[in-house]
Amino acid sequence: MSRRRVIAIVRKELRDYRRNRYMIVTMGVIPAIFLAQPLVSILNLPASASVPLSRTHELLYLLGIPALVPSVIAASSVVSERERGTLEPVLTTPISREEFLLAKALAPLLPSVLISYLVYGIFVVAIELFAHPGVAPALLHAPEVIAQVLFTPLLASWSIWVGIAISTRTSDVRAAQQLSVLGNLPLVALTTLISLDVIHPTLSLALGFGAGLLLIDRLGWRVVSAMFDRERLITGTR
Amino acid sequence: MSSPRALASDAKTGAAALSVHGLGKRFSDRAAFADVSFEIGYGEVFGFLGPNGAGKTTTVRTLGTLLAPTSGSATVAGIPLAPENGVEIRRRIAIMPESPGLYLRLTVAENLECFADLYEVPDPKGRIERALRAVNLSDRAGDACGALSKGLRQRVALARALLSEPEVLFLDEPTSGLDPVATRDVHELIAALGRSGVTIFLTTHRLEEAERLCDRVGILNTTLRTIGRPDELRDALFAKTLTVRTRAPLAEPAAVFADLPAVEGWRADGPGAYTLSVSDSDLAAPPVTRALVSAGADVLSINESRHSLEDVYLELIDETEGTREATP
Repeated sequence: MSRRRVIAIVRKELRDYRRNRYMIVTMGVIPAIFLAQPLVSILNLPASASVPLSRTHELLYLLGIPALVPSVIAASSVVSERERGTLEPVLTTPISREEFLLAKALAPLLPSVLISYLVYGIFVVAIELFAHPGVAPALLHAPEVIAQVLFTPLLASWSIWVGIAISTRTSDVRAAQQLSVLGNLPLVALTTLISLDVIHPTLSLALGFGAGLLLIDRLGWRVVSAMFDRERLITGTR
Repeated sequence: MSSPRALASDAKTGAAALSVHGLGKRFSDRAAFADVSFEIGYGEVFGFLGPNGAGKTTTVRTLGTLLAPTSGSATVAGIPLAPENGVEIRRRIAIMPESPGLYLRLTVAENLECFADLYEVPDPKGRIERALRAVNLSDRAGDACGALSKGLRQRVALARALLSEPEVLFLDEPTSGLDPVATRDVHELIAALGRSGVTIFLTTHRLEEAERLCDRVGILNTTLRTIGRPDELRDALFAKTLTVRTRAPLAEPAAVFADLPAVEGWRADGPGAYTLSVSDSDLAAPPVTRALVSAGADVLSINESRHSLEDVYLELIDETEGTREATP
């Protein structure tokens, strides 16, 4: 595994994202949608609402961001290179498919995690500053903040592997993005159900969920590597 | 004419830069190319000619480890072509595909920086500067590739292929879609690379390009039709001839052309026009001239008939098409 080759692709991808208006909009719009709804409703809550609020987990609702944002970006990672004819020159270099895929996964992971943390920060600060007294302490529980920090990269990784897997098997960027969002909707549904306390978040649930995601993320790299077929990607056959 | 297995020895080690034996690639029931054999020496510029769909690009992709062959064997830059050797082979070669495949939002320098790191070249900055100098693009390093013309993009792709100082450089239709000026620029670059000792495998269907740039050529139309130096191919396929024009028809042409050294036969092509089959034009021309003057003829011209690589190509491709049509 060559670190230099992985970093080369990651750096190239980040430069490309930065100059791609569509990517920037995608990275901005989805988090804004996830942030706006809970923020508006919470800022309008009276102080008396703080008791029932202690049984809701609004912060966990924001875990939908790392479940969706990177999937859209990752879904275009391979298929867009194929469409633009840039895949073949890269694959003629000594890069292995494991290095290539790891780099393709790390590139969307970094901005997605940063954006997610930034949105959590904005959410927490906004509630602390602008919500009625008593609402912030009722909403912000230390275990949830910790869960937020830990689960964000795990969910983003899973979402990315789903996106890349779809990207290696489709021949159209838009189709890949749509399928990737669909593929990650169950994850968003799960985090939403937890945030609404339909599934009650407990320590054992968090540990089990975390261990499962770790395992799936590790497997994801292997599975996607196996799905990555240079020949099919270059010629469109098989 | 050289046989398809004609060998070209390596000036340095005696090994071949590319050695291909019975190589083939099938996509389900269709053969992209089949039973291809040749060897190319280090420092040679080899032209791989063929019509669209002949299998040229698939051959390059196979030798470049992007596709797995379905039959035959090969060594590329001294390494056997096998899946486990893919990374090592790709370390020693570079491929410039038909489409430049540049990251258009990135600058020229950023594109090259990425590939310098992918090849893990030492002193990437120096290499990038040298590659850009080689293609006369030093002053465009900071430009976004998307802002460059097609010809300039092709030059960037060539610079990218030079970054790793490859032992074998595959150029797949490098002038495809370029205007005459850009084509000339790319030709000059390839000629300069050839002079500097880089082994070049050039696929093209531009015959004048191959004739101008290549030491040897192979003509592919699914199978390798022939291989050799352009002049060897011409000599093998076409009889050498001298065309003679005189002001008035010769009274006794048979007597004039009889028993002349290197003249193997003759025919009249009209009043005062004759075509002579010769074994060697340089040997035949002086005695023919003397014989004509002795016969009192006013000689207007004596010319050697030159067949171009295009004639060779068309002859071989037509032959293939004819064979296909004849096959039930």
